[in-house]
This record gives sequence, C-alpha cells and structure tokens, in this order.
Amino acid sequence: MDRIPILKLGSALLVSIQVDIHDQLARALEEDLSARIVATGARGVMIDISGLDVVDSFMGRMLDNIAAVSRLLDADTVVVGMRPAVAITLVELGLSLTGVKTALNVERGMALIGDGRYEALEDDRAAEGADDRDPG
Amino acid sequence: MDGGLAILARLVETKGDALLTRWRELLLEAGASGGGRIKDAELQKQCREFLQALGTALNAGVDARGVAGPEFASARALLDEVSRSRAAQGFSPRETATFVFSLKGPLFEQLRDQFADDAVTVSNVGWEMSQLIDQLGLYTMEVFQRSREEVVRRQQEEIAELSTPVVKLWNGILALPLIGTLDSARTQVVMENLLQAIVDQSAELAIIDITGVPTVDTLVAQHLLKTIAAARLMGADCIISGIRPQIAQTMVHLGVELDVVSKATLADALALAFQRTGRTVVRKAAKG
Repeated sequence: MDRIPILKLGSALLVSIQVDIHDQLARALEEDLSARIVATGARGVMIDISGLDVVDSFMGRMLDNIAAVSRLLDADTVVVGMRPAVAITLVELGLSLTGVKTALNVERGMALIGDGRYEALEDDRAAEGADDRDPG
Repeated sequence: MDGGLAILARLVETKGDALLTRWRELLLEAGASGGGRIKDAELQKQCREFLQALGTALNAGVDARGVAGPEFASARALLDEVSRSRAAQGFSPRETATFVFSLKGPLFEQLRDQFADDAVTVSNVGWEMSQLIDQLGLYTMEVFQRSREEVVRRQQEEIAELSTPVVKLWNGILALPLIGTLDSARTQVVMENLLQAIVDQSAELAIIDITGVPTVDTLVAQHLLKTIAAARLMGADCIISGIRPQIAQTMVHLGVELDVVSKATLADALALAFQRTGRTVVRKAAKG
C-alpha cells in the first residue's frame, strides 16, 4: 500500500500531499504522523497541499482531524501552499479550517512554526537589500 | 382572387424601384440616417436587400407562424443586422423602429394606385400588409432591446473588473480598495483577484478598504467574511479599514459582526500592518 512520506525538518515535520486522498490513506497518514510526532518530539506539522487542484469536504475534515491530533500531542499544524481556487472552494463549502494555521509556502510555514513569527524571514529580507527601507 | 399576401408579393416584385425610392425619401425625412451616422449608400443597400428578402418571403407564402416562419429567415437576419448595428451606434428606439414602419406608407400608396377603384381589396390587402409590417417592426424592437441589454451586461462586467484593483502598499502588504456594492458575482471576482495577488506577491497581510462601499448589510458582511476566510486559508491576514461612522452604526443595529481587526482609516490599517511585520516609520530629523 502506498503511503504519504513524512519528512523531518528541524523541529517540524513536513507532509506533502500530492495525490488524491482516500479513507485508507488518510487513516494511515494520521497513524504515521502521530507516531512520528511522539518519536521526534516535533513542535509543528506542516501539510503542503500545493500539489492539490481539487479539495472536497472529506479532505477538509481530514485536515481538521490531523490538526486536532497534533494539538493533543503539543504540535502546531500549518497548512501551506493552498491554491486560490482551492481556498475559494473550501470557503464556499463552509470549511474555514479554524483550528489550523495557514501559510503561503513552506518557507513561511517554517517561520511560523519556529519560535517567533516571521523573524527568520525578516532577517532574510534585511540581508537581501535595501528595498525595505522607508523612502520618506 | 388571389390572397392579400400574393397581391403584396406581386406589388413588391413589380414596383420594387418605386417603393425603394419613396421609402428612402420617407426614411430621410424621418431622420433615420441618425444625422449622418449611417451613410446614404448603406441605407439604400439595407432598404434594397430588405425589400428583396420581403418579396422572396411573400412569394414563398406565409404560414400561421407569420414572420417567425422559415420563409422570413433572410428578412429576419437582415433586420437582426440592421437593429444590432443601430443599437451599437446609439440610435434611439424610435429611429430604429422607423426603418421598418416607414415602409408601410409606400406600400399602401402603391396598393391604392393599383386598385384605385376597388376599395374592398385595398382595405383587405392593406390590413394584411399592416399586420405583417407590425410584426416585423416588433421583431426589430426585440432585437434592438436585446442588443442594448447585451451592451449593458458587458459594461457591468467591465465595471466589475475595473473596480476591483489590488494594490501593493509595501513588500508583502496588499490593499484592496472596494468601491460600490458587493454582490455575489463581484465578491467572486474580488476574491479571485485578491488570492491571485497574494500568491503573486507572496503577501502576508491584506487591507480591505471599504470606504467606497455605500452600505454594509448582512449579505455584504457575509461576502467580506468569505473573502477574509479564503485569504486566511492562503496564509494571509486581513485588516478591514474605512468603515464610516453611519455604516458602523447600521452594522451594530443590524447585529452584523465582522470578527476581524478593523481600523477607521487606511492609514491606521497600514500602521498596524507595519507594526505586525516589525517595521517602524520614522521621520527624518529636520535639516538644520
């Protein structure tokens, strides 16, 4: 049976969902993930859904479930890389994933999971150049 | 004796040129060229082609469906074209309808000349002719109306496109100045534009400015909340700004709750956005 890989990145776990999820796969993912959170002591879980074109209510519920399980194990869940069409669909379905944090991409998601919000990103930007400076 | 329409058909065939000349005169008198918007040659061409199509249709015989029947297909196609082009050129309904209705006069004149001593035939054929022209006139007006509605619909779409710009205020800070009432269709456009902009500019904050929204009722509030929820799913926070005092009061009276950060002005919202992203704005010391 195929499984969704779970990668460890520092203190976070990264799950990248690229295929349609069915019941069995979802349950397997939940089991694997909770085991890995406990084993690694991860502080956050990032779920990358940038590869998904279509999201239905089942998928929305699965994300909510994963978030609830992770929260019990003291890890934040961040959904990253949602496409505009997917976001609109979820909102129209009435699923706004209230228990889940969101971020535009994996990089932002990492910053969110790390100790301070956006700090890592801001440092990067400051190093990049002077375009952040106030022109006035 | 022939039916009235057969007589009409022969009339159109044999007296075509006389009809055409008189019709054109009447059209010009009535100002159907729209003050030079349609060239004389073009008008003449339209008249001639229509007379031909009418003659063909009458010869083929009219069934119970009247001008909606297949015999009138080419005549209808011509009227379609005439009516559409006039609607696009901004002719008034009267000017457009005149094109068909002014044919009645010449036809009746010819009829009278031909059957000068037969009042019954004149009135009978005249009545059938009149009904036919009326139907054609009504058809013209329907097409005219439809064309105008198309123009209105297209303009609405364009306005919706134009009035939902997404502005970049700073690195990662977007502004969405909303102007006009938010209905479902516009909310869709607004949402798509905003979400695409969030992806394109990897924005983390979006300020929705509703200074230009005249009223906020429960429906508009729901649309706003949907937009905000969608932006949040993409990982961007939203700040609402520009709620006018009257609107704030109305919202409270209606029991509308926007469960988001809101600021009175766009400037305040931008200041908050700076603060959230760890930026400060300082004034340079005055030059000594």
